[in-house]
Amino acid sequence: MEKVKKTAHILEKIMRTIFTVCGFFAAVLVVVITVFLLISGIPAIKEIGIVDFLFGKVWASTADDPSYGILPFILTSVYGTLGAVLIGVPTGIMCAVFLSETKKGIFGNIVRKTVDLLSGIPSVVYGLVGMIIIVPAVREVFGLPDGANLFSAIIVLAVMILPSVISVSETALRAVPKEYKEASLALGATKTETVFGITIPAARSGIITSVILGVGRAIGEAMAVMMVSGNVPNMPGLFESVRFLTTAVASEMAYSSGLQREALFSVALVLFAFIMLINLILNFAVKKKGK
Amino acid sequence: MTTYMNTARARAIESAPKLGSISAKRKRKCLALNIMLYISAGAICLLSVSLIGYILYRGIPHITWDFISSKPSFLKGTEGILPSILNTLYIIFMTLAVILPLGIGAAIYLNEYAKNKKAVKMIEFAAETLSGIPSIIYGLVGMLIFVQMFSLETSLIAGALTLAIMTLPTIMRTTQESLKTVPTNIREGSLALGAGKWHMIRTVVLPSSVDGIVTGAILSAGRIVGESAALLFTAGTANEIYGIINAVLPGNAGSTLTVSLYMYAKERGEFDYAFATAAILLILTFLINMLAALSSKLLKGKR
Repeated sequence: MEKVKKTAHILEKIMRTIFTVCGFFAAVLVVVITVFLLISGIPAIKEIGIVDFLFGKVWASTADDPSYGILPFILTSVYGTLGAVLIGVPTGIMCAVFLSETKKGIFGNIVRKTVDLLSGIPSVVYGLVGMIIIVPAVREVFGLPDGANLFSAIIVLAVMILPSVISVSETALRAVPKEYKEASLALGATKTETVFGITIPAARSGIITSVILGVGRAIGEAMAVMMVSGNVPNMPGLFESVRFLTTAVASEMAYSSGLQREALFSVALVLFAFIMLINLILNFAVKKKGK
Repeated sequence: MTTYMNTARARAIESAPKLGSISAKRKRKCLALNIMLYISAGAICLLSVSLIGYILYRGIPHITWDFISSKPSFLKGTEGILPSILNTLYIIFMTLAVILPLGIGAAIYLNEYAKNKKAVKMIEFAAETLSGIPSIIYGLVGMLIFVQMFSLETSLIAGALTLAIMTLPTIMRTTQESLKTVPTNIREGSLALGAGKWHMIRTVVLPSSVDGIVTGAILSAGRIVGESAALLFTAGTANEIYGIINAVLPGNAGSTLTVSLYMYAKERGEFDYAFATAAILLILTFLINMLAALSSKLLKGKR
């Protein structure tokens, strides 16, 4: 009897240790990823010089006299994300308002189902459709020699951020207490005025969270934009073929070597810095909501 | 409005000014805003339906038995997607085999063992950070760690390990959610009968939260099916058919459906095959989503 108790006790201790290790695994992973990116990213930045690297306007990694300036990539990622947010967020929030107000009804259900479907589509599929439909359409409509440019990428990204913007905003809108709306209605505001004057401002922090999530998704997307943005390291213009931070890494990694390869890791480090910044802002936004 | 019917509240709301009794300016504004709501919702609906319809329309005619059941070969002149289908399945199972124990263990620690609130906060922040990292960065780090440092070479197993890191937050979150729903009284009952903590978790907590865990696993499978950027540099682009044992061995590279689609569309410009692959991917994703909904319904009913 005593023996049974002892082995059970030991087992309990072992399991506690195992679970503790599992628990801290996520934290360890974040540290490992950060360290690996720093170790592999910093040497090239040092060799190129941080100012030349971050603010250099020319990326010519395979030229005889190579030049590694990533300002075009940074600006492209920023503009692309901004453009996607400008188109995707208002549409997404409007759709979220629609969904949170029409609780029942066939049309509401159809819209909800189709948004779910949209969120399940893999990013390469978005890229494929962008290549076949949006790129030729942009070329025809604007009379350009090539439709693979920043504008096409913005359209694809705007569609891709819709599902997360809609679902997070809808949850936030639904969480607004009924009393707020009733007070507004009782004061004589119409239903529409209540939604836009009371419900949306009350759900502000949740909606902001959805926007930040959308920004994170847009800035980190690689495959879909690679297929529609033309992939040329130009300074960004709406109808220029451009290269994003993500696609810079993806397009040259396979055949790179030496300093070029190290510089690609540095590009990834810059992208990682952007993402961490977004995470911190997100954390801050969520905390503020709790207060 | 119908939901409020027959209550005092409903009457109060019904007596709110109707559009007829307000000024023309307000009326116009309300109408414009309402129209915008309907246009946005309708546009998204239309977009989604036409997108999916177009892919299926272009893809399904090219899904032939030959395409599904053979591998690409210049010698035989065949073009097929079988290796990618198999590789996708292999990677799903390998990833889940690695991450299910780890993710469930982490969730158990957070929900059952952890007493230090700061540690819990830190781990949750770490998980959130992991879920925000873009897949191309996972691809790079996976290449550095698994392909180069552990010298697994570009292989299915290196890809699966990379995806395991990526899906950790999903498994952790869904498991944690379902652990939280296990009522305190049955835990206390088990402890009062003399069960140790692990015994209690194994016999009481885990069996009653199995629905959440299964749903989390299926959702992760969906994410794995759609992943491409993280696999390009870790699992490679080869088109070989592997047996189960070879699939686990290092050095055996293989492309999943998404990577094949990318190669067809971007590198080779064979759009018919690309659309056929896209259609297969969509059908697979829908099946997985349906399975997730079904399993959470069935397992919940059983409890």
